[in-house]
Amino acid sequence: MNDQPAIVIRDLHKRFGDLQVLKGVSLTANAGEVIAIIGGSGSGKSTLLRCINMLEHPTSGHIAIQGEAYAMRPSRAGGLQPADRRQVQRIRAQLGMVFQNFNLWPHRTVLENVTEAPVHVLGVPRDQAIARARQVLERVGLGEKLQTYPVHLSGGQQQRAAIARVLAIDPLAILFDEPTSALDPELVGEVLGVIRDLADEGRTMVLVTHEMAFARDVASRVIYLRDGRIEEEGTPEQLFGDPQSAHLKQFIRSVM
Amino acid sequence: MFQSIDFSLLALTAPGWGGALLNGFLRSIQLAAGGYAVGIIIGILGASAKLYGGLVLRDLAEIYTMVIRAVPELVLMLLFYYVGTDLISRAAQAMGFTGFDIDGLLAGIIVIGLVQGGYATEVIRGAIKAVPHGQIEAAQAFGMSPVTVMRRVTIPAMTPHAMPGMANLWMIATKDTALLAVIGFSELTQVTRQAASATRAYFLFFLSAAALYLLLTLLSNVVLRWYETRARRGMIAAR
Repeated sequence: MNDQPAIVIRDLHKRFGDLQVLKGVSLTANAGEVIAIIGGSGSGKSTLLRCINMLEHPTSGHIAIQGEAYAMRPSRAGGLQPADRRQVQRIRAQLGMVFQNFNLWPHRTVLENVTEAPVHVLGVPRDQAIARARQVLERVGLGEKLQTYPVHLSGGQQQRAAIARVLAIDPLAILFDEPTSALDPELVGEVLGVIRDLADEGRTMVLVTHEMAFARDVASRVIYLRDGRIEEEGTPEQLFGDPQSAHLKQFIRSVM
Repeated sequence: MFQSIDFSLLALTAPGWGGALLNGFLRSIQLAAGGYAVGIIIGILGASAKLYGGLVLRDLAEIYTMVIRAVPELVLMLLFYYVGTDLISRAAQAMGFTGFDIDGLLAGIIVIGLVQGGYATEVIRGAIKAVPHGQIEAAQAFGMSPVTVMRRVTIPAMTPHAMPGMANLWMIATKDTALLAVIGFSELTQVTRQAASATRAYFLFFLSAAALYLLLTLLSNVVLRWYETRARRGMIAAR
């Protein structure tokens, strides 16, 4: 560990064909911060999050994780692409990502889902990985579901298993991509409860969400993204209590 | 009509042909299993080339599957066998090896594997495309290398989708071995023909051969069904 910020993004641009999705976004997440990214659909929130672990390759800009910048080179499409696949793999193994659609591996049990990355990416001995998996599954309330296949779980349970899968690698930051958007309303609470616990324990998290009340509650900083730019940024009290931009005022009125 | 059949011709030891028949059967199974395994490997590589490869790899895979699927199998086998062995022995001679001989079984396995690979490429390509991309993305997000993603996620996740097509290909592989009789492989069909013409008991021997092929198919069905159930673990029963 060093005292570099967990995530540094500078002047990030991303273009899909003719569509300019991110138009120069800069963002720093320090260790222990919970950053909520809010904004309307198409504002570029998910793309921004997916650039952090290189699931999307930025067109230009700079991203560093714990002080280590991704080595990039020009791509044939006129943007950038990672120059060193192994570096990307190494950095990804330190970041956890929780997806909107859970993306558990259906052919593996809950326990196998959670031990997969520790055993096959980090090289943790299997018995240690299993002990750790039991612990994190217990934490998210799935201690009884170790041998269950994901298909037999509710959406909320699947998402909690996906969070446990991420906790198993003890990541230096967790990226949440609309973690409750695919859930039935009555299941949202259990997942938010788990995320809240993680925030309380001081985990570094970046959270793309539509749950404004939740963002207000757990985030240490909120970023309002509009049309590929950060339009407003600050503490939850500032953004939700005293929004400056007209767009943000309108956005808050429309979703809360 | 059965009184006229001399079943003692099937005795395992000479003058019976039973032993020879079973040896031929064993050889057929070796050819089919080996060719099928080669076909699966080519299929995974071919499907990866088509889905993830650059322009050159994609075109090569495209040409390969087009040729395999357009040309009759018998022609392909004659082509691969004679042209292939010829090229290899010439290459061996050029490098200074003399008296170089290609193992017949291996040559047969490769010939069947090359044909199977063309079809397997398409079956596996379709199966991989049926895997929700999020599962692969999740594996990548954990820092898995492309090979690990393939081995740990893509292949097990696509297997249930590939099973019907791949089970079909196994059945075809068992029967394709009979085509190798033309080249002179002493597999079941060739041995049967020899036994039948030596004893004039055509009915008995071809019926016995048919029974052996049927037996193989029935046993294969049991194994394939068990494996498909296993591969589908974690999926909602679709029947």
